[in-house]
Parts: sequence; C-alpha cells; structure tokens
Amino acid sequence: MTIQDSSETPRGEVGPSPREVGPVADPETKGMSQGQLVRRRFFDNTAAIISLVVFAIIFLLAFTSLGFAGIPGWWKYNHTQFLPVVDGGAPTVTGPFSWGDHPFGQDSIGRDYFALTMRGAQNSIIIMFLIGAISGLVGVVVGACSGYFRGWTEAVLMRITDIVIIIPLIVLAAVLGRTVGTSLGAGAAVFFLGVVLGLLAWTGMARLVRGEFLSLREREFVDAAKIAGASNARIIFKHILPNAVGVIIVNTTLLMSAAILLETGLSYLGFGVRAPDVSLGLIISQNQEAFQTRPWLFWFPGLFIVLICLTINFIGDGLRDAFDPRQKKFNPRRAKEADRPVSA
Amino acid sequence: MVTYIVRRLVTAVLILFGASFIVYLLTAASGDPLAELRASNAPNREQLIQARVELLDLNTPAPLRYFGWLSGAVQCAVPFVGNCDLGRSIQGEAVTDALTRAVGNTIMLVTAATVLAIIIGISLGIISALRQYSGLDYGVTFMSFLFFSLPIFWLAVLLKEFGAIGFNNFLTDPDIPLSNILVVALISGVIFTILAGGTLKRKAAAFLIGAVAAGGLLYLLNLIDWFTRPGLGPIVILVFGVAAAYGITLLTAGLKNRKALYSALIMVALGLVAYYVVNPFLGAATIWLLLLLAVVTVGVGMGVGFLLGGYDRAQSMRTAALTGLLMAGLIVLDRFMVTWPSYVSNSRVRGRPIATIGASTPGLEGDFWIQGIDNFTHLLLPTLALLLASLASYSRYSRASMLEIMNMDYIRTARAKGLSERTVVMRHAFRNALIPLATLVAFDIGALIGGAVITEQVFAFSGMGQLFVQALLRTDPNPIMGFFLVVGILALVFNLIADLVYSVLDPRVRVKA
Repeated sequence: MTIQDSSETPRGEVGPSPREVGPVADPETKGMSQGQLVRRRFFDNTAAIISLVVFAIIFLLAFTSLGFAGIPGWWKYNHTQFLPVVDGGAPTVTGPFSWGDHPFGQDSIGRDYFALTMRGAQNSIIIMFLIGAISGLVGVVVGACSGYFRGWTEAVLMRITDIVIIIPLIVLAAVLGRTVGTSLGAGAAVFFLGVVLGLLAWTGMARLVRGEFLSLREREFVDAAKIAGASNARIIFKHILPNAVGVIIVNTTLLMSAAILLETGLSYLGFGVRAPDVSLGLIISQNQEAFQTRPWLFWFPGLFIVLICLTINFIGDGLRDAFDPRQKKFNPRRAKEADRPVSA
Repeated sequence: MVTYIVRRLVTAVLILFGASFIVYLLTAASGDPLAELRASNAPNREQLIQARVELLDLNTPAPLRYFGWLSGAVQCAVPFVGNCDLGRSIQGEAVTDALTRAVGNTIMLVTAATVLAIIIGISLGIISALRQYSGLDYGVTFMSFLFFSLPIFWLAVLLKEFGAIGFNNFLTDPDIPLSNILVVALISGVIFTILAGGTLKRKAAAFLIGAVAAGGLLYLLNLIDWFTRPGLGPIVILVFGVAAAYGITLLTAGLKNRKALYSALIMVALGLVAYYVVNPFLGAATIWLLLLLAVVTVGVGMGVGFLLGGYDRAQSMRTAALTGLLMAGLIVLDRFMVTWPSYVSNSRVRGRPIATIGASTPGLEGDFWIQGIDNFTHLLLPTLALLLASLASYSRYSRASMLEIMNMDYIRTARAKGLSERTVVMRHAFRNALIPLATLVAFDIGALIGGAVITEQVFAFSGMGQLFVQALLRTDPNPIMGFFLVVGILALVFNLIADLVYSVLDPRVRVKA
C-alpha cells in the first residue's frame, strides 16, 4: 500500500456495521438504481433539503431583484445610484412583507444597501460556481490522468500540483487583479477573478481523484474493458469516472463553500473584487468602522455570507451521506415502521 | 525508508526552485515599486528613485534578478555561517530581520489557538461520536458547521465589539442585573441537559443542577465584586484540585484504581502546601522559574505515583503528574488574578484591559505578572477567533475517525472479553482514532505560520500575515519572497513529516522505498 495523502483520510462519517455492508439486498431498496438510491437518501435528509430551499431563495432573490446580464430586475434601485439619505440610512424592514423604501438601510453615501447586498451576493455566487466548475474540471482531469496512466504522466502532473499548492493564492490574485482586472469592465472582472481562482484551487480535488483512480484502475471491470478493446479515454470516462462521481460531487460542494470564504476574504483584504463593483467581503471591509453608528451595514452582508456558506455545507454533507453506500443514517421514524424481523 | 526521505527531500528542493521562480516573476509583474516615488513631488525625487532602483536592482530584468536573489538565499541553507541574505525591503530593512520578528509574533499568536483547537475539537468530536445521533451530536454538528461558515473577519469584528468594547464597559462598573443572571442560568441548564442526555428524569436533574450552579455562581461573584478583584484563594483551589484529581483518575486509570486516586489526592494536598510555600517567591518570577517549577512538579508527581503505585505504577505516576500540573496551573492562575487590579488601574491601560489591536501595550512597564496579563489581554480575541474558525475541522475529523474505529472488530473483541467501557474507549478506540488526526495536525502546523493573514490584518498584529500583505500592497518584492520561502519550506517539510508519522503510527501503511 502506498503512503496516503491527507486528502484520502476519511472526511465523512463512515460507520458500517458488518451486517449492513454484506451482499444481502435490503428489502427497502430492492430494484432501485444507484441514482434513485442517492436521490432518496438525499431527500430523507431534512437539514440538506432545508438548506437547498434556503439557498434557492437566496439565489433567486439575488438574481431577480437586481436583474442580471441586461435583464432588468424588480427592485426599484440599483447598486450604483446615489439617493438622498433618509433617516440616517436606517433599515426600514419591519416584517417579511413590509419592506419599506430601503429594507437594509443606506450606506454613508446614500446607496441603497439592499441593492448593494444583492449585487454582492450575485458576485459571490457567480465566483463560487466558477471556482467549483473550473477547479472541479481541472482537478478531475489532472487526477484522472495521473491516477490512470501513472509513470511519467503522474510524476509530472503531481509535481505541477505540488508547485501550485505552495504558491500563495493571494499573490496571483493580486498580480492578475492589478494588471488585467482593471482593464476589464466591472462585470467581466468578477468573471475573471472566478476563473483565476478556479485555475488555482484544483489541487485538493486532483489528489483526491488520483487516489480514487489508483484503486479503481486495479479492479476487474477495467481489465474486462481493456480486453474488450476499449480505448483509454473510454475506460476513463465511461468505466472509472462514474464510479468516482460521488467523491467528486461531494468534494466540489465543499470546494464551493470554501470558495465563498476565499472570495470574501480576498475582497476584504483588497485583493479580490474591487470598487466600483461590490462583493459581500468588500462592503463589510468598507463599512466595518461604522459598526458603532450603523451596525446594519455590517450585519446584512455578513448574514448573507454565513447563510450561503452554511447552506452549501449542509447540502454537501447531505450529498456525502447519500453517496456513501456504507453510510446508513439512522431514521427513528423509519426504524419504527420497519420494526419487523428481516431474514438475513 | 532513508531512500524514500532523500528522494522526497530532493523533489522538495526542486519544487521550491520552480515555485520560487514563478512567485518571483509574479511579484515583479504585480506592480511598480517606484509608483509612489514617481507620484511624489519631493525635490530629490530623481535621487530617491535612483536609490531605490539600486536597492532593488531594478535595471536587471526580473528573470535574471531572480538568480541574484537566489544566490543570496541559497546561503541560508548553510547553517551557522551567517551569510544568509534575503535582500532588503523598500525601507532598507534586511528581510531576514523582519522575518525573524514576524515569525516570533506569529508563533505567539497561533500556538495557544492551535493547541486549544486541537484539544477542544478532538474532545468534542470524540464525545459526539460516542453519542451519535443524540441532541449533543446534532448540537455539536450544527455549531461546527456554523463556525466553519463564519468569515473570520466578520467574527473578529464581532469579537472586538462584544468581547472587548462591551466587556470593558462592563468592567468599569461590574454589576450583573438579576435578569441577566437568570438568562445565563437558563442557558447553562439547557447546555447541561444536552450534555447529560439519557432519561427524562436525568435530564431534569441536569437542568436543575446546571441552572442553579451557574446562577448561584454568578450571583456570588457579583456579590463579592469578583470582577474587579478576581482571585481563587486556597479553598477554591482545594475544591478544584480534588475535582481534577477525581476527573483525571477517572479518565486515565478508573476510579477503581484506588492507588492512582490516592496519589492524585496526595498531589492536591502537596499543591496546597506549595501554595503557601511558593507564593512569596513568585513576586520575582520569570518564565524560566515557572518552567523549572513545572518540571519539579512533574518529578514529584512521578515520585509519589511510583511510591504508591503497586504493580501498575505507570498509571499512578501519570495521574499524579497530571494532577500536580493542574494544581500548579491553578496556583499560577491565582497569582495572575491577584495582579489583575493593578494591571487594570495602570496608567497605560486606563481601565480598559481587553485590547483590540496590537501585540502589547506600548510603554507598559511591570514585572512578569503584569507583562503576562498584558500578553493575555492582547492575544485573547485573536486567539478566540482563530480557535473558533479551526475548531470545526478537528471536531468533524475526529468524530468521523472515532465512528469508524468504534465499529471495528477489535473493539467488539475488547468488549467481549469484559473490559470496562472506559478502557475500551480510552485505551482501544481513542488512541487509534488519533492516527489520522496526526496527519491533519502536521499539515495545520505547517500552514499556520503563514495562515493567519486575515486575523492579523483585523487585529493589527504584526506577524507573518501582516508582513506579507503590507509588502504586497507596497509591491515590495523581497519580503514577499521571504514570506513565501518560510511558508513553502514549512509546508513541504510538514507534508513529509505527516506522511512519515502516518506510516510510523499505522504499520499497515508503508512508505514506498
């Protein structure tokens, strides 16, 4: 056995009792496909479903209120308008359906804070998805190639991975943000930042997928496919990858929740999204001095960061439970219903 | 094994060369170090620009300049010669000096946070694994996800607001209204209930005990004005000591092992004697004296355990030494508390003890105890922020690891041969559950030295993170490279250590020779 990467150490809870992992088909899950099983286990997870709903609401709120890519939204202000400051900029929201004129208040120069927060949430979500997609893709390709071909391919790819790991992300963000980011428009700069961070954050995924491929390529079905004359690409994409898809999806979610914190942290330090565009980290950084006098400038964007990150984490946790076939979550309700002797 | 280590080290050096070259070029491309001078209208602008061009060797193209930097940096690999040259910063300070200072500060900042995060995180993870799917487990899981999702700069600002400004305001007139005491009592009751679990009766009893204990304690502390003049005193030390003796014995040896229990209790008695004997000398204490006393305490504890221990001496010795250390800690804590009023009334502190920025109060003079409190008040908030942020991963990992271990066959075997639950959990399961965590700890230590960038920024703490961010903002190449070198080397070395430790701890995993 080769030495283990840290990425291969257990992350999810793994608690099979020997009886559950045996080849005996569970009468409850008989005749269901892998996808159906996963979906069912996921929908049984209350926390994950609530998180999914909350995240969907935030997503819709952020993208429909201000509109996106030229499509106008339903909110009356946008994040660039300077309005007269009303009542010291205090928030006017008093209930879920009585929002008032400036539900989240106004900042010190009169911009509507709801619009600012929504724009920040939009940017954070865009960057999050870009990082997830790009680093997921690069990580899977690098990990799959090095795990499947081994030899020189593996040596070169893994050394490149090692180099990328120790280059501080923030240096690259600073360099590219200054040289390229300023010459692009506001919207394009956000996309650019997401792409750059995505091109650097794939290392963990690559190591994980490599570990998965190293063990899967020794299995019999790979030999069978080889003897049947399948090409390397076909074996990788049609035979091995579907077996590793659980690990990949789960890791992508975790990557995305880390991406939110990465983006807000970089923006807070001044190396991420730059003014005049806004991000949740940036508006907190701009307004943190005002905590004593205008605490809402601090609470609302922070609340949105926490909500987005928390829901993504719970969704990822639910997916992990659903994909791990050794994991059987104890469900008291179902245990009572199924309280009849099962012939083993 | 040796071939493996040598091969890894050679690769690490090559990786370091490659990565440092890339980072050097990136830094050179990140901006113009002369920008601020070009914009200035000082009369000697040309001279200043000329001086800086010479200082940073800017006329050489960046790829060539790298080799100039490298020839200086390589000499750092030769120990004890002192030719180490990492270049100079824009202000002309040698990077090696700046790095030494910054590393020292950062280590001070992250040590307590890391150690506490490891201890608390692992305990929480283990306990929640033992009580899987209980209220406690769900509570710990939710809290760890929540802390995991908190951006650290947001958390830090909250801590500054409520932990420092709010608490300082409270300290100017420390009086807790009755309503607040009741709320705290209620919360404590709920926490005790969740911790206790079990039957309804047990839960109700736990709620009552928790609520009454917390409420009564707060009421009492409020009554004797403890927050202005804190202290423990011999009686409280005795009570805590006896409780600690029982607790430690319960965990390490089991209460049935009377010899271990008695050696622990003897240590408590000795500690109480030491409280009166040592206290007069503590006025002139230094950190070395305290360390010496700690070593003596451990020695005495070992001796007591050895004399009393009977056939299984090691257990009694461990228990007595740990209890002794805890007693010593209580005595030192008491001494710090006694010093507290004079710290608060110091003219530099002016009644606002919990600091929000920096590493120490400028111009503060005082003995070891005053300086110690000063360090504590400055490190408290950043440590808390780092602790909460890194707690989650430890508790999640240790929970997963413990759950896996508890389902192993050898645990069933241990139970089947009639071992007590304490032995099964502490001796068989706990130790094996720590193996995967050893790798995590090694990685974390490697990453921590450079990792507290945001925390240091918020608390204006001049460690490695500040050095790096400030240099990046000023486009100052040499400190950036110095930072990268330290962090990169540590990351590579601890990566190797993590792998080696894993293969030593778990013989099933062998390194590729």
